Amino acid sequence: MTTTILVPSGVLGLGFSQAALDRGVAQGCDAIAIDGGSTDSGPHSLGTGLSKYSRAVCKAEWRALMLARARLGVPLIIGTAGTSGTDSAVDWMYDITAELAAELGQQVRVTRLYSGQSAEAVADRLAAGRVSPLSPAPEIDAERLRAMAHIVALAGAEQVQAALETGADIIIAGRTTDTAIIAALPLARGEHPGACWHGAKIAECGALCSTHPGSGVIRVTFDQTGFEVEPMAPEAACTPHTVSAHMLYENSDPFRLFEPGGHLDVTRARYHALDARRVRVEGSEWVPGPYSVKLEGARLAGYQTMLLAILREARYVANAQSWADKLVATLGERVSGQLGLAPADFSIEIRLIGVNAALGALETRASQPAEVGALCLITAQTQDLADEIGRLANPYMLHMPLTEDEPLPTFAFPYSPAQTSRGAVFEFALNHVMALDSPMEAFRVQISEVGPDARVA
Amino acid sequence: MPVLRDIVRKVTAKNAGPFQVTIDVFCGTPEAFGRVVPALRNDAVAALFGVEPGVLRRFDIADLHVVKFSMPRPVVQGSRGDRDMHGAQLATLLEELVI
Repeated sequence: MTTTILVPSGVLGLGFSQAALDRGVAQGCDAIAIDGGSTDSGPHSLGTGLSKYSRAVCKAEWRALMLARARLGVPLIIGTAGTSGTDSAVDWMYDITAELAAELGQQVRVTRLYSGQSAEAVADRLAAGRVSPLSPAPEIDAERLRAMAHIVALAGAEQVQAALETGADIIIAGRTTDTAIIAALPLARGEHPGACWHGAKIAECGALCSTHPGSGVIRVTFDQTGFEVEPMAPEAACTPHTVSAHMLYENSDPFRLFEPGGHLDVTRARYHALDARRVRVEGSEWVPGPYSVKLEGARLAGYQTMLLAILREARYVANAQSWADKLVATLGERVSGQLGLAPADFSIEIRLIGVNAALGALETRASQPAEVGALCLITAQTQDLADEIGRLANPYMLHMPLTEDEPLPTFAFPYSPAQTSRGAVFEFALNHVMALDSPMEAFRVQISEVGPDARVA
Repeated sequence: MPVLRDIVRKVTAKNAGPFQVTIDVFCGTPEAFGRVVPALRNDAVAALFGVEPGVLRRFDIADLHVVKFSMPRPVVQGSRGDRDMHGAQLATLLEELVI
């Protein structure tokens, strides 16, 4: 038997070629699978449960995929729905699906796979010695777990298979590994396990494993000994080099990939060009291990306000770091003295754009720019407090001189008001794995029928 | 004195999850790979990124003409002190290393 998965792009919301999708549909497949998110853009999505991508864009792309699914009569799977894969993000994606089903006149079974974890359940497993740190890992205890805004566990192939077994037309999964949504069906159908995971890793970013990463759509076919991968855009090609190089991408180890229940080892994989644009891979190995799932958590780290001032006068440009150091010290004293805050209750940081804003202390180059942007980031325990510190900082950001015996400078504020409330800021607070006795004990499925005759099962 | 960028095809950096960053040096040719492998010393690379040499992982991948380094992020992604959410600009430090 062979099993073919069509992967429209690396993530819903990023765009794909409709012509390439049509070509993939014409060639046929056993499932369509697409990722819905990642931790890539930072902890905010997991902290809030909100999508980083536009709802309208996601809906337009999902419409194209629901139409493709209907033509083929195969399951459509999205993993890590709504960027973070929290339960609320799954429901956000479900609402889009229900709207589209009604608009398109499609009567479909939608299975939601929830990955959200309660702090209490994770704390109980921590107490039972079932939660282990990866390296490096933040300190955790029951109190820290309770302080997290959201905790999710990364589902693997087994949980996606459980959703497939509900007879779903569409699966909306919470946090999953990027690979699990692609590997689940071929694994269930008995294809080569090493090939299933390796092919899933190669295809998980869509056409990123080809010569034309922006073209989106990839078709991957699994069998008893290996897998074959082909881009659906005619101008794109997969070569042994583009395919094998994809194992480097976002992977700290290019030969091993850890998944729930084991790991993939591609040390002995062989990449063979079938023709100018298709590659076959054999020799990948799946090494079973204890069953554990990775955890992700985000916790509130405060509220921020930011100001930006631009220094153009040559003496200030040349002495920008001294100016910034003096400013931070002065503001710290004012906030303590006038607002009565302890040093632990707030932070004020100035990053010098044009000097070392991207790399900080690691920067190795020194040059004399024409101007320097001073980005002031203020963090406090409430937004009101951060805004209040911002108002206190405003005149200093505008006028603070390098020395006391010189006229007051006036720097450039690029807009009014000079300060911007950034809202809540979060931080990743878990890098741990949680052992499970059975894959579904920390995950839940919910089955719904949607469409013109909507009813909840 | 040449810097790494003058010798190789490209250098990329990217988060490998919120806690790790991975940096790939695509040498482009066996000759460049042969020159870069002995020239990139682990202690110098670790110092460049402000990490202990013991936490630096290195893969010399001859088939791809790639030297890959992985390490804990200098600051956890998105935490208050983080300056580069995707970690991609860290590649420039290695690109500009004198070889």
